Amino acid sequence: MAIIKTEHLSHVYSEGTPFEKVAVGDVSLEIEQGAFVGVIGHTGSGKSTLIQHFNGLLKPTSGKIMVDGKDIWAEENKKNIRNVRFQVGLVFQYPEYQLFEETVYKDIAFGPGNMGLSEEEIHTRVSEAMEFVGLKEKYAQKSPFDLSGGQKRRVAIAGVIAMRPKVLILDEPTAGLDPKGRDKILGQIREYHQQTQSTILLVSHSMEDIAKYAGKVLVMNHAGVFDYDTVERVFSRSAELTRMGLSVPQVSRVFERLSSEGLSVSQNVYTVEQAQREILRLYTQKKEGFHA
Amino acid sequence: MKELISTEHLHFEYVRAEEENVLVLNDINISIHEGEFVAVLGHNGSGKSTLAKHFNAVLLPTGGKVLVDGIDTAQPDRVFDIRQKIGMVFQNPDNQIVATIVEEDVAFALENLGIEPAEIRKRVDDALKKVDMYEFKEHAPHQLSGGQKQRVAIAGIIAMRPECIVLDEPTAMLDPKGRREVLNTVMELNREHSTTIALITHYMDEAVHADRIIVVDHGDVVMTGTPREIFSQVDKMKELGLDVPQVTELCHRLKQEGLPVPDDVITEEECTAVLKQLLQ
Repeated sequence: MAIIKTEHLSHVYSEGTPFEKVAVGDVSLEIEQGAFVGVIGHTGSGKSTLIQHFNGLLKPTSGKIMVDGKDIWAEENKKNIRNVRFQVGLVFQYPEYQLFEETVYKDIAFGPGNMGLSEEEIHTRVSEAMEFVGLKEKYAQKSPFDLSGGQKRRVAIAGVIAMRPKVLILDEPTAGLDPKGRDKILGQIREYHQQTQSTILLVSHSMEDIAKYAGKVLVMNHAGVFDYDTVERVFSRSAELTRMGLSVPQVSRVFERLSSEGLSVSQNVYTVEQAQREILRLYTQKKEGFHA
Repeated sequence: MKELISTEHLHFEYVRAEEENVLVLNDINISIHEGEFVAVLGHNGSGKSTLAKHFNAVLLPTGGKVLVDGIDTAQPDRVFDIRQKIGMVFQNPDNQIVATIVEEDVAFALENLGIEPAEIRKRVDDALKKVDMYEFKEHAPHQLSGGQKQRVAIAGIIAMRPECIVLDEPTAMLDPKGRREVLNTVMELNREHSTTIALITHYMDEAVHADRIIVVDHGDVVMTGTPREIFSQVDKMKELGLDVPQVTELCHRLKQEGLPVPDDVITEEECTAVLKQLLQ
């Protein structure tokens, strides 16, 4: 079932003025419950505008957006738009700049508090969220401003996870992090996805990370959806992706080169692990061929 | 080749309220030569940005010294000379653009330096051409993409005709195309205009293009060498919380599986050639 569905969704900024700009144009899309979707697109492709519709931060200038089967801007649902924000959690870029509370605990508890949950329930959720993002309990009473950049970012993500959203959207959660920090956060998100069966949308400029973690890829280009399909099918359109300012993982480019030089190698290679398996397979085949 | 920047027992610590001193740089002894392209790698908090800020006297050492073209950065009356020699570009292009028109932004520092209008015109055009943004000179910066804005920021620096540009994660906020544009600009400045480059980055595929890599960890320089020397030490890089290019990792793994491949492959071209030979 589709957890998020858009029907001819458009968003035009400054409509009717000389500055009119179509940020999202006529997007009809269905995102399945439980999917791990990588969202890619160059700067200005409309991806940020689109995802801000998913939790009702932006209202479409035309078309509809359905969350869990409900048209969130329909007359009868409009006044409960706040609930959509509990269902669809959005972690912005550089979320560490949004921390504001005195302690880590209070910051993470802010969202659940707004949901009107009991103290006890809030406590459970804060502990659970801290565990998901790998923050040790000793940090709970610390000021978030005394933490390192990576830790602050984890606090911000925990604050959204603590609302137990059905859909978790992360806008470039690893921007500016070193490789280890990047792998750690993405590993935790994968773990969260597997344990909670929630839907994840991961916006990233790293094709390597998308290939490694996502199951499906949503490609935005010129305010529209260029493609929404499995990692394999999307990355097989390498030339088109490169033309629109994106790319494919480095190992995929190597396999393309091998193929264009006449070797019959699989074109479904997007991660180092897949590349390793494929080369080993071909190498063994070649050696056995010699013996035969 | 002349030493443009050198550090001698550079030590930096700062005092945090109610706590003991925080040591950021321990005892750094490095030099960057004229015309060189150096990449600085290190995990978050390793001290690499702090190190970079010493290169143009944004920060001053608490011990040891930093020499820029022979000038000690601790001399307060030489700060302007130093900043004219060493320009800096930061991560977020939006924080570096001050004017509402591209060419005015590039001219900003020159006006402050009191340069003749005719000379400003010449330098601005020249700088915008070097970063391939000349045709956008009358655009408003907010209409540009991230990569374009970052190139305008670089133009603003090169208009001052510095000898060296220090870039602190200039591509961290950019999409793949923006990253390619900025990296190509940096490489071109280095190769065609002999500008010295110090690039701080988390992207290993950018560091591959440097002449030399310096790896910083816990305030110390722990590795230094050519990209090939550095990246062939895959396990050590991972221990340091860093990474290697995908092609390096692939060949490293294949070698561990007993396949006859070298473990110092760092580019796509090399990797393709190695795999082709292996399979044919």
